[in-house]
Amino acid sequence: QFGAEFRRFSLDRYKPGKFEDFYKLILHIHRIANLEVMIGYADVHGDLLPINNDDNFFKAVSSAHPLLRVFIQRQDEVDYSNFGTNTLSRKKKALVTLRNDNLRRRPHINISMPHDFRPVSSIIDVDILPETHRRVRLYRHGCEKPLGFYIRDGTSVRVTPHGLEKVPGIFISRMVPGGLAESTGLLAVNDEVLEVNGIEVAGKTLDQVTDMMIANSHNLIITVKPANQRNNIIRSSRMSGSSGQSTDSTASHHSLPTSHVLQNFHPDEMESDEEADIVIEGGLEPQHIPKLHSLTSSSLSRINGSSLSHRLQRDLVLNNNSGRESNGNIHKLLSSLKTDPRHSLVIPRGGIEEDGTVITL
Amino acid sequence: MRRFLRPGHDPVRERLKRDLFQFNKTVEHGFPHQPSALGYSPFLRLMAIGTRSGAIKLYGAPGVEFMGLHEENNTVMQIHFIPDQCQLVTLLDDNSLHLWSLKQHGGASELREEHRFTLKGPPGSPPSATQVTAVLPHSSREVLYLGTESGNIFVVELPSFRVLEDRTITPEAVLQRIPEDNCNRRSCELVEALQEHPKNPDQILIGYSRGLIVLWDLQNNKATHHFLGSQQLENLYWQRDGSKFISCHYDGSYTQWPVSSDNRQPEPLENTVPYGPFPCKAISKIYWQTTKNGLPYIIFQGGMPRASYGDRHSISVIHGSQQTAFDFTSRVIDFFIIFSSDPAAEFDDPCALVVLAEEELVVIDLKSAGWPAVHPPYLASLHCSAITCSHHVSNIPLKLWERIISAGSKQNIHYSSMPWPIDGGTNIAPDPPQRDLLLTGHEDGTVRFWDASGVCLHLLYKLSTVRVFLTDADPNDNMNTLGEDEWPPLRKVGTFDPYSDDPRLGIQKIYLCKYSGYLAVAGTAGQVLVMELNDEDAEHAVDHAEADLLQDQEGYRWKGHEKLKTRDGPVRFEAGFQPFVLVQCQPPAVVTSLALHSEWKLVAFGTSHGFGLFDHQQKRLVFVKCTLHPSDQLALEGPLSRVKSLKKSLRQSFRRIRRSRVSSRKRRGGGGNASEVQEANAKFDQDALQEMELAPVQRKIEARSAEDSFTGFVRTLYFADTFLRDSSRHCPSLWAGTNGGTVYAFCLRVPPAERRMDEPVRAEQAKEIQLMHRAPVVGILVLDGRSTPLPEPLEVAHDLSKSPDMQGSHQLLVVSEEQFKVFTLPKVSSKLKLKLTALEGCRVRKVTVANFGSCKSDDYSENDLAVLTNLGDIQIISLPFLKLQIRYPCIRKEDVSGIASCVFTKYGQGFYLISPSEFERFSLSTKWLVEPRCIVDMPEVTSNNHVHNKSGTENAARKSSPGDCGEDERKSGRLMEHALLNDEKVLKEIQSTLEGGR
Repeated sequence: QFGAEFRRFSLDRYKPGKFEDFYKLILHIHRIANLEVMIGYADVHGDLLPINNDDNFFKAVSSAHPLLRVFIQRQDEVDYSNFGTNTLSRKKKALVTLRNDNLRRRPHINISMPHDFRPVSSIIDVDILPETHRRVRLYRHGCEKPLGFYIRDGTSVRVTPHGLEKVPGIFISRMVPGGLAESTGLLAVNDEVLEVNGIEVAGKTLDQVTDMMIANSHNLIITVKPANQRNNIIRSSRMSGSSGQSTDSTASHHSLPTSHVLQNFHPDEMESDEEADIVIEGGLEPQHIPKLHSLTSSSLSRINGSSLSHRLQRDLVLNNNSGRESNGNIHKLLSSLKTDPRHSLVIPRGGIEEDGTVITL
Repeated sequence: MRRFLRPGHDPVRERLKRDLFQFNKTVEHGFPHQPSALGYSPFLRLMAIGTRSGAIKLYGAPGVEFMGLHEENNTVMQIHFIPDQCQLVTLLDDNSLHLWSLKQHGGASELREEHRFTLKGPPGSPPSATQVTAVLPHSSREVLYLGTESGNIFVVELPSFRVLEDRTITPEAVLQRIPEDNCNRRSCELVEALQEHPKNPDQILIGYSRGLIVLWDLQNNKATHHFLGSQQLENLYWQRDGSKFISCHYDGSYTQWPVSSDNRQPEPLENTVPYGPFPCKAISKIYWQTTKNGLPYIIFQGGMPRASYGDRHSISVIHGSQQTAFDFTSRVIDFFIIFSSDPAAEFDDPCALVVLAEEELVVIDLKSAGWPAVHPPYLASLHCSAITCSHHVSNIPLKLWERIISAGSKQNIHYSSMPWPIDGGTNIAPDPPQRDLLLTGHEDGTVRFWDASGVCLHLLYKLSTVRVFLTDADPNDNMNTLGEDEWPPLRKVGTFDPYSDDPRLGIQKIYLCKYSGYLAVAGTAGQVLVMELNDEDAEHAVDHAEADLLQDQEGYRWKGHEKLKTRDGPVRFEAGFQPFVLVQCQPPAVVTSLALHSEWKLVAFGTSHGFGLFDHQQKRLVFVKCTLHPSDQLALEGPLSRVKSLKKSLRQSFRRIRRSRVSSRKRRGGGGNASEVQEANAKFDQDALQEMELAPVQRKIEARSAEDSFTGFVRTLYFADTFLRDSSRHCPSLWAGTNGGTVYAFCLRVPPAERRMDEPVRAEQAKEIQLMHRAPVVGILVLDGRSTPLPEPLEVAHDLSKSPDMQGSHQLLVVSEEQFKVFTLPKVSSKLKLKLTALEGCRVRKVTVANFGSCKSDDYSENDLAVLTNLGDIQIISLPFLKLQIRYPCIRKEDVSGIASCVFTKYGQGFYLISPSEFERFSLSTKWLVEPRCIVDMPEVTSNNHVHNKSGTENAARKSSPGDCGEDERKSGRLMEHALLNDEKVLKEIQSTLEGGR
């Protein structure tokens, strides 16, 4: 009754108008004015993202190249967990910041469910860290936003058995406006960096810490001691008690928990995005090579994106069954194409293949 | 199960690791950086060189060398060997004296510091009172005479450095016997020279700076003669029989003085200004050497006409009518003459002049006609033109070795045939295990081939690529052409030539195939030369091809240097490596990677724009591939624009500072008076300065992106015969890795040998891998079915390696600056990896496969990766499981040029530059260790050596000393009484402090 069907129509790229109008237009075109539907689109990375207000509608239109693929589902059939989730594992991450700029500015507009958003950053391991510390995870889904911060050398005062002691430390020195780090609101200038992805930075030089952060930039987890200690998360005594680590709350001023392992966090997760090396099998004759090769490495992601949408379209045509099924297919397709770290993405001319599993030692 | 075994938990492996790996810094090759002092012992026939960093190095026969380091790291000002002893005294610029001795320990001699001493004056005396200016170790071996700035000569006892105050020779005592009208107290300021009478040890000659020279009788404590020089004194030298001496002066003159018992105040015999009549520079040191034929050799440093040749660094030799001023390219530190040391001999009969210049050691044969230079077996000036790259080849086949030596010997005909005159000590190190070559590329377009098998890094052959190109430089070496009737008779000597005629000639990459004798050399202006070893001179044209690496890329302008112009027509090449193919990359950017496959006759080269493959058999370009990102303007435009932009930004920031200063002054300039403004300005300047100092260094944290600069820079190229397309057929392939983390793989079709000339070599791209972390790819390697790295080309054909296993599946190892990653082949999927940067914050700078043999059993050996990181650590990582085996700190992380210069050998040794002119050699292997091991024996003391019976008690004290020393040690007599405790520890300490000092 509400199977997949296709409509193609054009919009003015620079004046897309209001979401409300778009919503009505969609309903009109599809002649489903009497239904509550959820509108979503496939972004450049092949993620299915929702369209439900002016801002994300505008974003969707402006990022379309050249076509914007819009998916319409009945509101009651929408599986929210599909949106913006790259890996199955990431579903586990529930702590998502709500401090998205546009939401704060316009509280009156339609606010989506938390899972309509892609996670940008999160505070993790709250239960095992001392209250003065904060462990922040920055998600960089190959998004355009730069990480956007700088670090510097400095000195920090620690409490030691011999009294106060000045020790060298690494601090955040600058935030790039509009960068990922700034937009999370979880990091600030003069925060002291204590760990990078679970490894203590004490005794390391600024250059070493820089290299470590860049090497981990696809999934950066920084433990900081915020310069401003007023916004700390206050743990309930029950929670800290249950973690069994609260005993070091006094000692924590000068030392981290002895364990270097990030506890709430399976090692496999750390591996996520960065594993996806791209392999292009070129069965091309040398004279064709220049053509392929004018596509430089940056365009590789675009290759993925475009061929992905080809595939998407084809698969959708094939799976022209019930709405429920196509919904499942979209998700399956998206996750298999782009995101699963355990699979290298291999795109020989036209086809998609998957490789065997990877042994991680 | 393997994944649960953490490194360090397997006791068997731990034991094996101890048998395989061991880190040692073994020897320093090359010429000491910033030498500051020279000493020579005719008795031991050892030479000592001191440096500004406080090191002293002793050299004797090839292979005999010792090193010591003063803890203070101060400049060594003077070195004096104690006559007829294995001891020497050094004077540092902090006025401290140090006694060193050579002692045998564990079958080999070692250099150790025994005592240190600083002369102290009476309380309240000025520091100049005890500032030592001249040192005379007396032939009695018991005392040192120390001339000072105050004119006092202190006497200290050896080896205790006890000052014998009653024997001090004060200016007052000296002046007692000198008529007052000629001299006053000021004549005796600053002792410039102290010389012992060659026949009578009780007389010493004292030269004061202002020109007064006094012959002092030690027995009677009085001046017996005095000589009134009118010029400021520089130095003194006795004639062998003690009847005359010669003095040299600040005005460029030298004077002979007679010494006879009847005249207590003689007049000079002869006063000469050799390069007069115009004002001359000082003669700072002079030798007077007698010969059988009666004509003396007068050898002196300096004295050049001030106006026209004042900038020359010269040493003149005058012998009868022959006169030559040897002209050095760097400052002369000091020199000595090797002459007959037998006290019974009637004449000096000098045989060699040894000159230590700031950048090289030059030895002149004074026996042969024309005074040719002697080819030094060590202390080579590695940096005679700056080193731009190096390449090591282990285990050279004897045939190739001999051919290179023969080519080199033809270049060395202008050297003297005299055996190396500094030949003290005995080399007892075992013969080097194999023949190793170290090739260094230089800024002037030359490649030098060094024998790196043993302790002495010795030049075998020098190859110049300049002849292929048209440059302004005259290719003729007119080193030894002597201009007729030129005055002064200058003659250039030495090889140090820091001035490169054309920086584009610089060599950047070298690859030598030791089996075929093919050599590929690539340079700064995109030139790639392929050469072949020819034992004869030949005249032929060089085939020339151009590789346009940009292909379709348009709308850019290369702003770097132009490509080199080639010489048309046949070119004459001397015997040795002769180029037959020249490929020039377009744009002519520096060649950043090079690979040669001598079996397939292919050469691959890469720059910041892309890479290409050239068939040097058919002399045809197979393909080129552009790796450049279109937005990468920096790489497009070349290095010049980068420099410009840096300059520009500097200028801008200066302007900004100036502007802010001006504006703030304006703001302040209200009504206050001048002093107030001045004060404010001063304060502001101070603040600004402080601000500049406090401006924190910050680092940007950003993921790498494809838009970064220089992502297309080709870092590594690799040939492999492997399964690139499918798992049933293997084929030749070429792999390239870029700065942006991309790996390209090309499938090659090389026609079989019989049709090699008929069919073209074909290539097609088979794979492109983009590493997600985008770090620069620094190494690519294919492991065969047994997980062994594929052999080098022709290695199997020469039965030197097992043929690779083509049955099992191959694996691809990609080393980026950040991680090591193994992929399956032919389907490229990640198999395992080792992250380095994410965990340790260090990056890979150099990586090589090295073979490590066990020191316990001869038949066990394994291949591992030897890795140098940007922190200067060396790590050994196992293959194929990528487990960290061991880590050693090797180079200071601040020593960027040291890290950049490091090369590993195939058997776990390595070299890196500790200064522009010195390689440190290190070893990671327990089995392959090249280090000096030598013995210095006390030669038999000849019967008519000076025997002194001054004070019987002193002698007795000296003789009673040898105690319970071992048999070996008896010869070195009383030196043994100061045996140090733990020799190995001391040596290591010395080495570690030396490292720290640099």
